[in-house]
Amino acid sequence: MTGLQASLLELIRRTSAEIPDDVQRTILVALEREKAGTIAASAMELIQRNIELARKKSQPICQDTGSVLFYVDCPVGFDQIAFAETAREAVRQATRKGYLRQNSVDALTGKNYGTNIGPGAPTFHFHAHPGADVHVRLMLKGGGCENVGAQYSLPDEALGADRDLAGCRKAILDAVLQAQGKGCGPGVLGVCIGGDRATGYEFSKQQLLRTLDDRNPVPELDALEQDILNTANDLGIGPMGFGGKTTLLGVKIGTANRVPASYFVSISYMCWAYRRLGVTLDAQGHLQDWLY
Amino acid sequence: MTTLTPPISDAQIRALKVGDPVEVTGTLFTGRDAVHKYLAKGGALPAGLDLRGGILYHCGPVVIKDEAGRWKVVAAGPTTSTREEPYQARIIEQFGLRGVIGKGGMGERTLAACQAHGCAYLHAVGGAAQVLAECITAVRNVYFLEEFGSPEAIWELEVERFPAVVTMDARGGSLHRDVFEASRAALAERL
Ligand code: SF4
Repeated sequence: MTGLQASLLELIRRTSAEIPDDVQRTILVALEREKAGTIAASAMELIQRNIELARKKSQPICQDTGSVLFYVDCPVGFDQIAFAETAREAVRQATRKGYLRQNSVDALTGKNYGTNIGPGAPTFHFHAHPGADVHVRLMLKGGGCENVGAQYSLPDEALGADRDLAGCRKAILDAVLQAQGKGCGPGVLGVCIGGDRATGYEFSKQQLLRTLDDRNPVPELDALEQDILNTANDLGIGPMGFGGKTTLLGVKIGTANRVPASYFVSISYMCWAYRRLGVTLDAQGHLQDWLY
Repeated sequence: MTTLTPPISDAQIRALKVGDPVEVTGTLFTGRDAVHKYLAKGGALPAGLDLRGGILYHCGPVVIKDEAGRWKVVAAGPTTSTREEPYQARIIEQFGLRGVIGKGGMGERTLAACQAHGCAYLHAVGGAAQVLAECITAVRNVYFLEEFGSPEAIWELEVERFPAVVTMDARGGSLHRDVFEASRAALAERL
């Protein structure tokens, strides 16, 4: 096994078994906030116990080990073909070891080849950057939360949502209402305002690479993030939709330019089992450092 | 805390109401999309398998074989139940289920079937794959493994003190409906 493959295998193992620190801190705050003795509080306690157990046993936090999404920042001239080949091998191996469930099926026949390898699986997003090192971020995006994602095209008459920030707010809060607990809340929203139908969703997912405690550098978006978070937590949907004080753990909003004719608001919902870690690699693929 | 041990009686399930915590000790059968579609379209259960009085668990577990060649469940949380809404009512009726475990709740048709045939929807904590896997003490059998693949197969599991909450009861109560209505009203005030 090459150094790169070993590094990627370790990245997959840890991502599947360990919640990132920023998410863990936020979950503990939520646990404190729920009233003792409610079913919301016992759900949060069980979630916390599960996080600890998964880490201790080095087993998947959730059995839906999700779509396997690699985000790779690499230097110019980096051999992306070789990287992808090695990453596929690492995914295959991680599946054999049970770090990943046999979780990828043929779209038409539903046949499961048991390897998690196939068209679009895993998915790679390569971005060239000026530095010499390679950053690999991995997100395991579960299906239950992916299914409650939504894309709105403004204006939306039914919601009374115009093409402005107030309209965006209505659309995003509608997505929270419709999702209820189905995406294994408390969840985190990644939102993109603008873009086209494809880039809107893509950018919304990339927002989920931000840490929960960062603040948006754009004042209007920062205000909107805080507002959505607080309003959602006032709705009483709560963990798992059981009722309670924590409906969301975070909201991350970005923008992408749009053509004048389109105005999309795209929302990706991430469940509490927020599996996202990253590594820095040297030129030989050896693990240098952990991101997050 | 109510302990449920299948086969469950009509009276025992009807005594439960929304918000009650329960623990299951005994046998659970997993079943998700492929199984629901197959059964609702008239497919037969494999010989020797009887779900009457039993609990169907919406779950696609991660199962591996240990060194001795025995099945071992390493992760087993619930999957989203609404996907089975088109099929569930018919399956409750036809196969005599007393309980369905899943997450996210289900719709009016399932709720009506629960009331008509004596069944309850038990909500497990979504994503809590490890805590729930710890409750599984043995894998008794597996059906449809070849046809549907591992996550979609019917796994017959022995569980101990498997925790869940009644969110849809056999009296027409649904926590999901209540929370949706209340949160919709709360949102309307904040728009
Ligand atoms: S939504 Fe997330 S926590 Fe829930 S089952 Fe899917 S991956 Fe697991």
